Amino acid sequence: MSEKRAKDLPQGAMITEAGNARLYETGSWRSKVPVVDKEKCTDCLQCWIFCPDNSIIVEGEKMKGFKLTHCKGCGICANQCPAKAITMKEEGA
Amino acid sequence: MAEHLVFNGDQAIAYSWKQVNPDVVASYPITPQTIIVENFAEYAANGEVETEYVCAESEHSAMSLCIGAAAAGGRVATATASAGLAFMWEVLWIASSMRLPIVMSVANRALSGPINIHCDHSDAMGARDTGWVQIYGENVQEAYDDSLMSFRIAENMKVRLPVMNCIDGFIVTHALEKFIPIDDAVVKRYIGEFKPIRPLLDIKNATTYGPFTGNDYYFEHKFQISEAMKSAMGVVKDTFKEFEDLTGRKYDVVEGYMLDDADYVIMAIGSTAGTLRYVVDQLRAQGKKVGSLKLRLFRPFPFADIAKALEGKKAVAVMDRAMSTGSSGPLYPEVCAALYNSKDRPRICNYIYGLGGRDVKPDELAEVFDHLAKGTCKDINFMGVRQ
Repeated sequence: MSEKRAKDLPQGAMITEAGNARLYETGSWRSKVPVVDKEKCTDCLQCWIFCPDNSIIVEGEKMKGFKLTHCKGCGICANQCPAKAITMKEEGA
Repeated sequence: MAEHLVFNGDQAIAYSWKQVNPDVVASYPITPQTIIVENFAEYAANGEVETEYVCAESEHSAMSLCIGAAAAGGRVATATASAGLAFMWEVLWIASSMRLPIVMSVANRALSGPINIHCDHSDAMGARDTGWVQIYGENVQEAYDDSLMSFRIAENMKVRLPVMNCIDGFIVTHALEKFIPIDDAVVKRYIGEFKPIRPLLDIKNATTYGPFTGNDYYFEHKFQISEAMKSAMGVVKDTFKEFEDLTGRKYDVVEGYMLDDADYVIMAIGSTAGTLRYVVDQLRAQGKKVGSLKLRLFRPFPFADIAKALEGKKAVAVMDRAMSTGSSGPLYPEVCAALYNSKDRPRICNYIYGLGGRDVKPDELAEVFDHLAKGTCKDINFMGVRQ
């Protein structure tokens, strides 16, 4: 999302269009990044259910990885994973 | 020709609300403001207004209700004082940052402790940084007039900020004075229809109010408020001019008395300004070149108007009915800042006075003029305290 000037913003921090949270990329907040070991992953999709940022990529009912533009690195997916297939690594390590 | 009425300041404000007929009034009673909401509750109960009148369980809730109602698209008024305003403090910032044109009357009263119900300006001065426009009235007429004008200022599209109209607790809130009201039909025309901006209840244009902003947008929104507050200066002046055209009553952001040839000036906010004019008259009769300056608008702060009024004077005393403990009164440093870059700036001293309703006597003010003339005042002085 491009950074707008004060004069171009709606007053009072009003949000005047619906569904624009996806434009606000929160991935830069992350200090730890989730990594999935697909050898252990059973595609139970518990991570998808619990992710508060809708950042688990699922295709054809299979867990395919993380949407890192929005993943804040909260670690809930790793905590919930019954197969212990997700680990949190230092960002940029 | 409108007839005179004899009301106290609180009754006059309640009467102005009756004429404005706001959509919502949410409040919590607190001395010396109580008469405002008591009288207005009676108007509401009698069906004399169509207002949704809400008795909140606290001032924090009252202001939160006002914010919700204003965001929903309503014209909203409330009133408070002292600890009530302090309890609202957190939400005052929300009201201004959401750019909601809420109008609030503040009956200036000391903050605890020791607990005290009488007049000083600690409450409103404590809210000076909250993003609210602040107007101070001297008497019942100004209490009524300021209340009406506050709706016009707050709702102006260049401003859209909440407005606090302040009057001195008990001195103005509870003292009966003669004042001239405006006819109901004229008020209705003057105030006009409320124009909400993207109200929450407009479901065809869904709007989110009060979202999170991080370090990437918070500053820009604060800058917007700063710009709106800057615009408020012109809007307040225009509103005063329009009001003069409507009623013949002339107001300005600062109002000088016998200033033109004055060497020594005392500046004050609120009811003390009236006492000051009496003292100036007495000293003028003795041939002393003294004058006074009343501040009507504290936010936005009229730096240029103050500089224009006071440059070239020999000495000025700034009266503060509040104290920033560990510093000076809150008005003093701003008056100093207003004059610092003037070519011919006066000696400026600060007098903290009248805290907790301590009586303000003409003789004491005459003595301040004496100190100014003799050059015996310190930077920060206390008037009327037993040291």
